[in-house]
Amino acid sequence: MQQTFLLSVLTFLPVAGTLALLMLRSDDHVWLRRLALVTAVSEFAISLLLLRGFDSAATGYQFEEFHAWIPQPPIHYHLGIDGLSLFLVLLTTLLTPISILASWKSIDQRVKGFFICLLVLETGVIGVFVSLDLFLFFLFWEVMLIPMYFLIGIWGHERRIYAALKFVLYTMFGSILMLVAILWLYRLAAAAGYPTLDVAEIQGLLSNGTLTIPLRTEMYLFGAFFLAFAIKVPLIPFHTWLPDAHTEAPTAGSVMLAGVLLKMGTYGMLRFCLPLFPEAAHRFAPAIAVLAIVGIIYGALVAMVQVDLKRLVAYSSVSHLGFVVLGIFAFHALSIQGAVYQMLAHGISTGMLFLGVGMLYDRRHTHLIKEFGGLATPMPILAALYLFACFASAGLPLLNGFVGEFLILAGTFQKHAAWASWAALGVIFSAVYLLWSYQRVYFGEITQDKNSALPDASVRERSIMFLMAVIVLWMGIGSPFFTRRTEASAQNVLQLMQRPQAYNAGVIRNPEINNIDVNPVKSK
Amino acid sequence: MHPPLQDLYRIAPEIVLCVFGMLVMFLAPIVPKARHGVLSTIALIGAALSLVATRFPVVYYGVAYSGLIRADAFSLFVHWIVGGVAFLVIFGSTGYLKREDLDAGEFCALILFATAGMGVMAGAQELLTAFIGLEMSSIASYILASYRRDSPRSNEAAMKYFLLGSFATAFFLYGIALTYGATGTTHLDLMTQTGAQPVGTLLKMGLGLILVGLAFKVASAPFHLWAPDVYEGAPAPVTALLSTGPKAAAFALAMRILADVGAAGSVWFWALWVAAVFSMFVGNLGAIVQTSFKRMLAYSSIAHAGYILAALAAAAATDHPEAGIAAALFYLVSYALVKLGLFLIAAHLGGPGERHVDIEDFTGLAHRQPAVAACLSLFLLSLLGLPVTAGFLGKFYIFNADLDSNLIWLAVLLGLNSVIAAYYYLRVIVAMYMREPKQEIAAEPVPWTLSVVLWIAAVGTIYAGLFPARIISFAAKAALDIK
Repeated sequence: MQQTFLLSVLTFLPVAGTLALLMLRSDDHVWLRRLALVTAVSEFAISLLLLRGFDSAATGYQFEEFHAWIPQPPIHYHLGIDGLSLFLVLLTTLLTPISILASWKSIDQRVKGFFICLLVLETGVIGVFVSLDLFLFFLFWEVMLIPMYFLIGIWGHERRIYAALKFVLYTMFGSILMLVAILWLYRLAAAAGYPTLDVAEIQGLLSNGTLTIPLRTEMYLFGAFFLAFAIKVPLIPFHTWLPDAHTEAPTAGSVMLAGVLLKMGTYGMLRFCLPLFPEAAHRFAPAIAVLAIVGIIYGALVAMVQVDLKRLVAYSSVSHLGFVVLGIFAFHALSIQGAVYQMLAHGISTGMLFLGVGMLYDRRHTHLIKEFGGLATPMPILAALYLFACFASAGLPLLNGFVGEFLILAGTFQKHAAWASWAALGVIFSAVYLLWSYQRVYFGEITQDKNSALPDASVRERSIMFLMAVIVLWMGIGSPFFTRRTEASAQNVLQLMQRPQAYNAGVIRNPEINNIDVNPVKSK
Repeated sequence: MHPPLQDLYRIAPEIVLCVFGMLVMFLAPIVPKARHGVLSTIALIGAALSLVATRFPVVYYGVAYSGLIRADAFSLFVHWIVGGVAFLVIFGSTGYLKREDLDAGEFCALILFATAGMGVMAGAQELLTAFIGLEMSSIASYILASYRRDSPRSNEAAMKYFLLGSFATAFFLYGIALTYGATGTTHLDLMTQTGAQPVGTLLKMGLGLILVGLAFKVASAPFHLWAPDVYEGAPAPVTALLSTGPKAAAFALAMRILADVGAAGSVWFWALWVAAVFSMFVGNLGAIVQTSFKRMLAYSSIAHAGYILAALAAAAATDHPEAGIAAALFYLVSYALVKLGLFLIAAHLGGPGERHVDIEDFTGLAHRQPAVAACLSLFLLSLLGLPVTAGFLGKFYIFNADLDSNLIWLAVLLGLNSVIAAYYYLRVIVAMYMREPKQEIAAEPVPWTLSVVLWIAAVGTIYAGLFPARIISFAAKAALDIK
């Protein structure tokens, strides 16, 4: 194995940045901001190196790092990425500097703490995406809670403390059960003679039949992992923390939350739930798909009636992430690829929506739609860019949202036409609530005098939004750039799920497996 | 017949502690009150030397005084915990004693004596010896709890502690008597040989009563009722000691009985299981509604006793108790570091007379004393069990031990409890970081002694959370060595 340390650098550079920030004086806001930005931008530049070295044909993990860490139980510092995580890492490194820029002016209290939290959050999120050891994964998964908790709780809006506590408690509830499941899995592997917490190793043991999980246990394990991820995504009915957290978080917090944190859930499903517990995944898939479809439609309908613009965008996330979950649990190569793509697209377009909402908030200190109206007159540029974000989010062709939703629906349709038909309703609804809210905010008469003289987007704001718009367009037109790199890994997820057929092909070491496991693929 | 010299070596730490305790007592009337720092220094040296003296039992592992005391890796591990706790508490409370104008001499001496008693409990291989150790630590603790003589709450706490503690000791003693009646010996290692027969009612009752006595000492539900009052009323540095050292020693004794007496596992298993679950819920649900920081921590230590009992239940459920015992030992280390730091911080922040120990008083602490607030948050997060802290790995090992013994429900309940616990720990962080203070409380500078202790606790917490290899392998060795 070729040893690199790129991923370690990526994971811990932000923490190094926070150490540097700690050296600065707390009231030196200018340099605090600059240093944070420099850290985040150089982090992004380094992360681009991943693209150069990435082999899009390979199905295995790349840029692997492997060191022994804790001997008992054997825990390794094992990092690596594949097509599933590559762009999520890039998305994180992209959104962090953008979040820093977005909070350049709006955060003027405890600036130091804010940027420290943001950078620690980046470390946590990247750690989640690159960890290949279950323990390490869980560690980053939990570590990331604390900076987010502070981001919402300190720099949030009125009901911030309630929202922050709710966010942490919900997530912890799911993740603690996942920890039990992780250890249970470890015990199973140990009982099979290979005590390991390494995802790749466990995967190997499962694939060659050394380790077999009884169906009942597999269902429990799947349930525990899935619950943790479903709360994070969030899947209905575990979504109630999300609108609160989003609404109360500062703009940067919302961008990171919607942009990357939610993806940790769907990423977890792809990385762990499907490959490790395929049989349980198949059994639960119909129920999960129903939840996802309900989420798509319900999220859209609830978004439609929101009076608070930020809450509207938050509910639109519930709806859009429903597509991702649906795509994953349709078990079709196309839909899974669409899910991966939609994660990125949603990160960019919803990030852009939140940025736009945040810019309005900076000016008026409110999110209520009725406070606005006719804003296109005083601020045409912001209006145009925000409209672009709405189009992207609504899935207009040529923009990024379209590609993801199309792939998901196309893939799902081939397996379950009914699921796709119902889900397609969500596409229509999303256009309705986004454009309707846009119309109420930006078009029409200026109803409030305060709004008539609002300054248009500043150079900083313009460049952030413009950059995002370019990415949206690029993702929409140049989607092969992304899909080419995610294709092999998306296929591989399905490949890894094909365990029972591999047994049938004669790789079986333990012939009793066929009596335990029911072959889901054959029964279709 | 004189005991052989090796026997003395095997109890060297206790000898050092007692000698220094007496030395401090003798010097206390001579040294003028203004120079009581000298006494603390002597006591500190004593505590440090007792840690150095653990070297002797390491060289002379084995049984001392014809089987009364055993020096092995297990007793060594516990010695390190209780000795370290004594050192840090004495060190961290010097500022408190000065502020409250309390005698340092008796305070330090009592801590040393109590620690000697805990050391005896850790090494005892015979029940009456264990009883002597228990009494030594308990009696010193009763006095320490009432150390602020002029405070009614401190007196109330001591009285409650003394009365209920006496009951518990009586249970313990009665248990010893019954066990002796059933097996004909008080030596734990000899009981193993008689453990092969079917366990009779007498032995069951005896072991049960012993467990009751120990459950009282570790403040496990349903024998926890004293804990909130005592922890709240006693001077905060004393609480720092009470909630860590004696708990570790009592758990150590329970583990030794569990490992040595074959019958104990089967007799105790369900009791441990139920006590663990009960303690977790009582502790965590009780802590949610508290407004006093000390009282909240008291309830949280009940919950943590429950977590450690969950590890003991894992040990009791199998023939191979090593995993459970190692997990419990590791947890005790992580728990002691943190609890000690928290109570010492409470002692400092409380101000003269410890009047400001409500969670409400901590509002805006992040502005006033950012370093203390950061330390406090770290400790709370460790109690909560978030990664990168020792508390997370402690929970991780307990989960591991429980799953190893197929106690999946216990692990799940433990998990749920840590979510409940998150609520009240985070509430303190909310107060410190996210609320504006209602009235300004002047920020007192932290005495350097306390900041050293806090640094040690904080660095220790993170070190054990990131690089637990040494501690856990030592704990595993101790768990193997116990029999």
